[in-house]
Amino acid sequence: MARIQLKTISHTYHPPDLPEEEKAYAVSSLDISWGDGTSNALLGPSGCGKTTILNIISGLLQPTAGQVLVDDQDVTRLSPRQRRIAQVFQFPVVYDSMNVFDNLAFPLRNQGLPEQSVRKKVQEVAEILDLQDYLTNPPAKLNAAEKQKISLGRGIVREDTAAVLLDEPLTVIDPKLKGSMRRKLRQVQRDLQKTMIYVTHDQHEALTFADDVTIVKDGRLVQKGSPEELHSEPASPFIGYFIGSPGMNILGCSLKGEELRFQDFSLGLSPEFLSRIRGTGPDLQLGIRPEFIRVSPEPGENTVPFEVAVIENTGAYWVVTYVKESLRIKARVPESMRVQEGQKHYLAFPEDRVNLFQNEQRVI
Amino acid sequence: MKKKNIFLILYLIALFVPIYWMINTSLKTDNEILKGLTFFPKDVTFKNYVEIFTSPLWRTSFLNSIIYVCLNVIISLVAAIPGAYAFSRWKFRGDHHLFFWLLTNRMAPAAVFMVPFTELYYTMHIYDTHLAVALAHCLFNIPLAIWILEGFMSGIPREIDETAFIDGYSFPHFFRKIFFPLVAPGVGVAAFFCFTFSWIELILAKALTVTNAKPVVVTLTVGIGAEGVRWGLLAAAGVLTIVPGAIVVYFVRNYMAKGFALGRV
Amino acid sequence: MSNRAWLFLIPALVLLSISAFIPLMTVINYSLHYIFAGSAPTYVGFENYVEVLNDPAFLKALGRQMVFSLMILVVEVPLGIGIALAMPRKGKGVALTLVFLGIPLLIPFNVVGIIARVFTQSSIGVVPEFFALFNYDYNVSLHTTDAILTIFFLDVWHWTPLVALLCYAGLQSIPDAFYQAAQIDGASAWKTFRYVTLPKLRPVLIIGVLLRFMDSFKIYAEPLLLTGGGPGDATTFLSLHVARKAESYELGYAGASSIIYLFIVIVFSYLFFQLLTNIGTGENK
Repeated sequence: MARIQLKTISHTYHPPDLPEEEKAYAVSSLDISWGDGTSNALLGPSGCGKTTILNIISGLLQPTAGQVLVDDQDVTRLSPRQRRIAQVFQFPVVYDSMNVFDNLAFPLRNQGLPEQSVRKKVQEVAEILDLQDYLTNPPAKLNAAEKQKISLGRGIVREDTAAVLLDEPLTVIDPKLKGSMRRKLRQVQRDLQKTMIYVTHDQHEALTFADDVTIVKDGRLVQKGSPEELHSEPASPFIGYFIGSPGMNILGCSLKGEELRFQDFSLGLSPEFLSRIRGTGPDLQLGIRPEFIRVSPEPGENTVPFEVAVIENTGAYWVVTYVKESLRIKARVPESMRVQEGQKHYLAFPEDRVNLFQNEQRVI
Repeated sequence: MKKKNIFLILYLIALFVPIYWMINTSLKTDNEILKGLTFFPKDVTFKNYVEIFTSPLWRTSFLNSIIYVCLNVIISLVAAIPGAYAFSRWKFRGDHHLFFWLLTNRMAPAAVFMVPFTELYYTMHIYDTHLAVALAHCLFNIPLAIWILEGFMSGIPREIDETAFIDGYSFPHFFRKIFFPLVAPGVGVAAFFCFTFSWIELILAKALTVTNAKPVVVTLTVGIGAEGVRWGLLAAAGVLTIVPGAIVVYFVRNYMAKGFALGRV
Repeated sequence: MSNRAWLFLIPALVLLSISAFIPLMTVINYSLHYIFAGSAPTYVGFENYVEVLNDPAFLKALGRQMVFSLMILVVEVPLGIGIALAMPRKGKGVALTLVFLGIPLLIPFNVVGIIARVFTQSSIGVVPEFFALFNYDYNVSLHTTDAILTIFFLDVWHWTPLVALLCYAGLQSIPDAFYQAAQIDGASAWKTFRYVTLPKLRPVLIIGVLLRFMDSFKIYAEPLLLTGGGPGDATTFLSLHVARKAESYELGYAGASSIIYLFIVIVFSYLFFQLLTNIGTGENK
């Protein structure tokens, strides 16, 4: 098990002889560190450079600049095998001409391990992954979830595996099996205490699997932290909106005296809150999560009237889209409340639940 | 990496040597050919080519070949495209083995089948026509074309069909506007192989034609053995038989590259 | 659904019945009759079959053919795979290599025969001159080995590109992830070939082996033009033998021998098909 570090990693797919200003970088100056035995997620929208980062870690790709460290040892020039990093791909990769046992044994046999230890290790891994009953079967007849387990098995079967990288491993798995597969992955990580990095564009998968989530956008690191941190203290409006469903409401506003002015309403601020944002410029963005907006049919102190536009039923609560002029806000409303389109509701934004952003950076 | 390239280049050179030798021979005078071995023609002569181009026999037989080959390519594709579509889209009993049974058509020894072919086409009144040869060549080209096209069509997700039908496309409209452009590289590759196998076939083409549709491959055979072999002339004709094919390959080369990149031939 | 499938297959099936089924019936009909030019055929049951199977000329041609076809498979298939592996996967070289490989395939059988004759003609051909350097008297019309090997190399030259093209297409369809996984699992180059490349090439290898096996049985024009089946009958392969009988209007014999021929090819092709479909699919062990 090991700690993985990226040091000022940049990569471009363009040829090196192209003038520097014409090169487009898939990832640029990344500094990330993943702790030993941790479960991590690398989250970002499609095309943000996730797979590039993964291939750089595993050694399938040589970065244009920067270093990859495994346990403080520079492995940038080493092959995937020498780095002891395993990878599970988006599409299940199994060796069709071998049965499940031989598939799991393949990395060990390549290492030249004696057959007795191979058998013991494979049995162990098969038990962990619930594959005991299939060991003599040809993998071609198994479903995608089982094939992915074999891929994972080949990664964890080696005692010396430093880390396992999972590249959107649930993409082709039947929706019905996704839940149990996700739990299995998490359980394997907890039991084996192996460093795992789970790449996905699906925040739900990332947040349920990982203790530590790294968010990447356009090849740059935007935030790294626990799911709770990402949720309550997003580093930028992008993360606020990207994490959580529905995402955070982001409203443009400006600070005028003791009030936050929006397009056609304003909110009074407490002296305590004001002291915390002293020194910031006037142009701000307010972020508030739908579940923290307080909704009432009656006007109250520091509330703003909005009109109900769309009502979605999620089963446990309503997600209501409110409009006021050109503003749209989503709020979570308890099912006990009666909501009708066109109704007027009074919305309050509790100060302790509000984030303020300036220039795409979180202020509070 | 390097070793690989050297191997490939050596192989391609070996592949080209016989073709070079034929070109070399075709540009020599009969005298030079018979006098002994020379690696380059001493005085380049186009006499052999001129003779072929001025002879109506050679000209018409070239034309005949091109006509029935093109006809065969069209017939084979028209029959194979819907057939391949059926295989790629619907499961039916025994379709796993059907590919094999389709291929058995290819096994028929043409040398023997030429007699019944002659009889059959005689009664159908198409003996000694381009159509006769084109139909006979379907024997081995349709199964191959179905196999090639099926590979390509299976690579195209079924959802594309379903979406088109939901969008209200009629089947022929969908096929022409959406599906066909997607499998075009595959059709190119299939057309190349059909062209190839029809172009080089000798036995059936010989048996089914007398004068009206006599192909160049047969004219070539006649040139052998009659009054002392005229190597220069035969070599020139041989070179010319490669030309139409080479033109076809040249035009479909990007289709081929794309088709081959898509996977199964 | 399956009704619709048959509807789409109608054009192909109709054409195949014209070009395959009806002639096949006719050949079967011949094989059961004694046919002599000018007089009405008489039904003789399986007599023609008995005659063919007892004819040493037929059996020898068959044996020769089997050895020849197996030699072709043993050489052309591995060579074709090797060439495909050496071919560039992307870039300008791809189209160029494809064109080069495509050209031999476009040369008619009899032109191949003519090339061979130009090459092997004593005193004017390259090959005899080459062997003369080593004091070997190369002569296809006198030496059996020379004749057989020449036809063999001719076929290898003519048809290995087909196998290579098929394998190339097969290689292109293997996703990179499989090679990456093998790399991560620490597989050697040989193991990667054995457990990733070869299994993934299975479908194209099936078609490649079947096509080469079936087509090599049909070899006809090359021996006819190069050696006329000689010296003696050393290069009289099965098709040539059967075709001679048909040309001399021994239609009963020709019919029976081609049905036997067809039977043998189908049986062997089916065996290859089954073997290649099932071998090493992880079912064993």
